Amino acid sequence: MGPLTFAVLAVLLVVSALAVVLHPNPVKGAMALVATLFVLAVVFVFLDAHMIAALQVIVYAGAIMVLFLFVIMLLSLQDDLPEGGGRVGLRTAAWIGGGALACAVAWICLRSPLGAPPEAPQGYGGVEAVARSLFTDFLLPFELTSILLLVAVIGAVVLAQRRGA
Amino acid sequence: MMVPISWYLALSAVLFSIGTVGVLVRRNVIVIFMSIELMLNAVNLSFVALARQLGNVDGQVIVFFVMTVAAAEAAVGLAIIVAAFRNRPTVNADELTLLRW
Repeated sequence: MGPLTFAVLAVLLVVSALAVVLHPNPVKGAMALVATLFVLAVVFVFLDAHMIAALQVIVYAGAIMVLFLFVIMLLSLQDDLPEGGGRVGLRTAAWIGGGALACAVAWICLRSPLGAPPEAPQGYGGVEAVARSLFTDFLLPFELTSILLLVAVIGAVVLAQRRGA
Repeated sequence: MMVPISWYLALSAVLFSIGTVGVLVRRNVIVIFMSIELMLNAVNLSFVALARQLGNVDGQVIVFFVMTVAAAEAAVGLAIIVAAFRNRPTVNADELTLLRW
């Protein structure tokens, strides 16, 4: 992708990410997060990670965000919390620290000798290439993932059920 | 002309910092949760960019695992929020002092 495309996508990403953090209404923040995840999926496509981009849209922007919105609606959080309160100093420190972190790490990254990436191999990032790696080199972690998800499902059910039900 | 991989890493650093600030300044636990998702996604961007640099799909497989962990974390975390909300109807992180001695 050229510098102009990158700049447009980067601005979209940063603006929507800031909207997630700054918007007082959690529902609108969640919609901004959906926008962030979609733009990130586009960036993944430009990085030849086609399967990951598809998963990003289906799993993240689809399943996980629906879960978030469902809980927000369930708890009916229309009223905005009074953000800030009396801790202006701490909040300012958090913003300055976050800005410093961003500048420092971004500076280190930009100083690195990483240039334009070499030509990707044939079929790079497609379902076949990722699946071949997943089911050979990463077979054990992949199987452990199923146990993790099982534990998460059972944990969520146990935690969210009513006492004495 | 291709964009250098270091630009993607810098973008990832900025996104991660925005997520960090979100965790620090917000009080709504659900927004804090969404900021954590933002940080996870920033790291995913780094993984994908470096995988592209190396011409190797291993980084993309790691992203797959990060997504799985994020899904499990979202399910359990939101269940904890719902359970805590039932105990005391608030999502303000400052008022959730159940475990404070």
